[in-house]
Amino acid sequence: MSASTPTRGTAPVGLSKGEARTYASYARPAWQRWLLTRETAVILLLAVVFVWATSSVPNFDGPLTLYYLFLDLMPILLIALPMTLVIITGEIDLSVASTVVLTSAVTGLLTVDAGWGFGQAALVAIAVGALCGLFNGFLVGYVGLPSLAVTIGTLALYRGIAVGLLGTEAKTGFPEEWTDRVKERIGETSYPQVLVVFGVLAVVFVLLLHFSGFGRGVYEIGLNDEAARFSGVDVARTKLLLFVLAGAVSGLAGVYYTLRYDLARGDAANGLELQVIAAVLLGGVSIFGGRGALHGVVAGVLLIGVISSAMRLQGETENVTTIVIGLLLIASVVTPSLLSWVSGRLPAGVKGASARSRRT
Amino acid sequence: MSATLAPPSTGGAPSGSGAPGAGGRVRAALGHALRSREIAVAVVLVLVVAAATARNDSFLLSGDGWRDLLLTPSILLLLAAGQMLVIVTRSVDLSVGSTMALTAYLTGRLFIDQPGLPIPVVVLAGVAMGALLGVVNGVLVAYAGVPALVITLGTMYVYRGAMLSWAGSDRITADQMPKDFLSLGTSSLVGIPVLTILALLVVAAVGYYLHTARSGRELYAIGSDPDAARLYGLKVPTRVLTAFVLCGALAGLAGVLHAARYGSVSSSVGNGIELQAVGAAVIGGVAIFGGSGTVWGAAIGAVLLVTINRALPILGIPEFWQRAVVGALILGAVVLDRLLAARRARRLDEERED
Repeated sequence: MSASTPTRGTAPVGLSKGEARTYASYARPAWQRWLLTRETAVILLLAVVFVWATSSVPNFDGPLTLYYLFLDLMPILLIALPMTLVIITGEIDLSVASTVVLTSAVTGLLTVDAGWGFGQAALVAIAVGALCGLFNGFLVGYVGLPSLAVTIGTLALYRGIAVGLLGTEAKTGFPEEWTDRVKERIGETSYPQVLVVFGVLAVVFVLLLHFSGFGRGVYEIGLNDEAARFSGVDVARTKLLLFVLAGAVSGLAGVYYTLRYDLARGDAANGLELQVIAAVLLGGVSIFGGRGALHGVVAGVLLIGVISSAMRLQGETENVTTIVIGLLLIASVVTPSLLSWVSGRLPAGVKGASARSRRT
Repeated sequence: MSATLAPPSTGGAPSGSGAPGAGGRVRAALGHALRSREIAVAVVLVLVVAAATARNDSFLLSGDGWRDLLLTPSILLLLAAGQMLVIVTRSVDLSVGSTMALTAYLTGRLFIDQPGLPIPVVVLAGVAMGALLGVVNGVLVAYAGVPALVITLGTMYVYRGAMLSWAGSDRITADQMPKDFLSLGTSSLVGIPVLTILALLVVAAVGYYLHTARSGRELYAIGSDPDAARLYGLKVPTRVLTAFVLCGALAGLAGVLHAARYGSVSSSVGNGIELQAVGAAVIGGVAIFGGSGTVWGAAIGAVLLVTINRALPILGIPEFWQRAVVGALILGAVVLDRLLAARRARRLDEERED
């Protein structure tokens, strides 16, 4: 076995009928290809939940709800962008939350202890994040190690370095002009200004994934990395670049985290990596790679945000929200298999219509 | 990974594996031992313990030191053994931490609500609860054909949320549990803590099962090539379900023992321990994509992980750097695996050319 082939994601036991790893059927009319997708389903669900919350959850339509919703979701929204690309290549990055903590620690040490200007410190932090990603990407892309194992290692390593640098201390007292800037709103609306940063990044990632040759390569790798190599995609370099992007964006999220809570400490962002991955998968990205789109992922993140925010306003505890999100994640991946199992038992006439649901 | 298991060439193998002579056999056994990952990790473990003892001899030689050395790893040992069973089939179980939390709380709850219940029944109830949660994971993974990473990520949230809603702000404390049960967590038999003996027995049983039982061998076959296993006629879904049920049962037992060992159950039991269990298996040489590795390796990996955490402060490294060392250890193990596999593949290539 060559050095780079065994890096398939946690390949499942059920994936052997060969139905999952193909492009969408281009035999279908365009409107069906566009509308009958996982992404549409998530967006519809988001719309339904949003309408329900606005109409029947008290205070959901208040001016503060969306504002805090976006502030709270921002790290997940940001990191979900590069994570989508990483998962579409069939890899995974579990080290993003640790990168957030490490870069937050770097920001704290440089600004509070060393007296740097915050702008410079933030740039260094983002560079540190990119470096973390570079290390992951080198081991996965060029050494050919499984990303699951590598990033479990760097998950411990990066957070370990952050805790080692900070000890039990927490850095606080960041310049107020910066901490205020994070919380400012766009004009008189209830949207925070940081949404603009997310918007710009989202456009960049959409162009990169859906409208560039590089993005086609990302899908190729996820569908079959050997075929991708033969068709001229530089598999190792693509993976390296995606991990660097994931690291750099996590660095940005780390800077945001620091400012939002005016705090840099070693136990921040615990479990954030799994929240990001859950949101990405809920948004219709296949863990096997080769399938998924950014509009679905953004809808997936927002869906989680709206559900938790609405349930909190209804007086439900965090725990119930956790259960609902877990069930939603399971349902979203089990439904296609369930549909195809059902369609297998239906008479032949109905089969054509339901066979499409076998994809995903 | 499966390709490296190719049979050795017949012509003039220099390794001496074909020679039946006594000297050749000893040399082959020695060579095997030197290549064995389990022994390599065990050597590192012995070195760590030796270095820590040299610095401060109470690490090993005092009564407390000896007890802690054996007792502390026992819970991660159980989780790593279960995780290894699942990883061998090319899956992963991220829900073990939440399963453990649920059974730990169930244990405390049973003692409070049913004071007369004998201890073995409570232990069995915890194991059964864990197994039941494992059935849920296993059915979803094996029969719905959905990757284990996604399913167990989902059930990790569901189980944790269920535990938190059930427990509310309750915290079970030592005085709510019977003394006999708590002494299970601290008492020793001929100098060895009971929990350690229990964990080692479980590991031995799992090892024996994987090594000898037909269904145990089939787990390896499924992990190295699921398609081939199915074509060969193995009952892939049933076996995968078995692996998840066993993993859940072991996580359940770990939860019960956690309650006994620490005497209290809070909502944060088992938080983040799932990745430690995977890390222990990886350090012990269990391939993350299934098909190879032993439960001994995972067990020694778990002991090393826990022991290194305790040894670092004694070795003069501030405890804050523990996690970084653990991360470096996992990365080192993964890189080492790749180097060894590449060397083995090269040697097989050379032999073919001869």
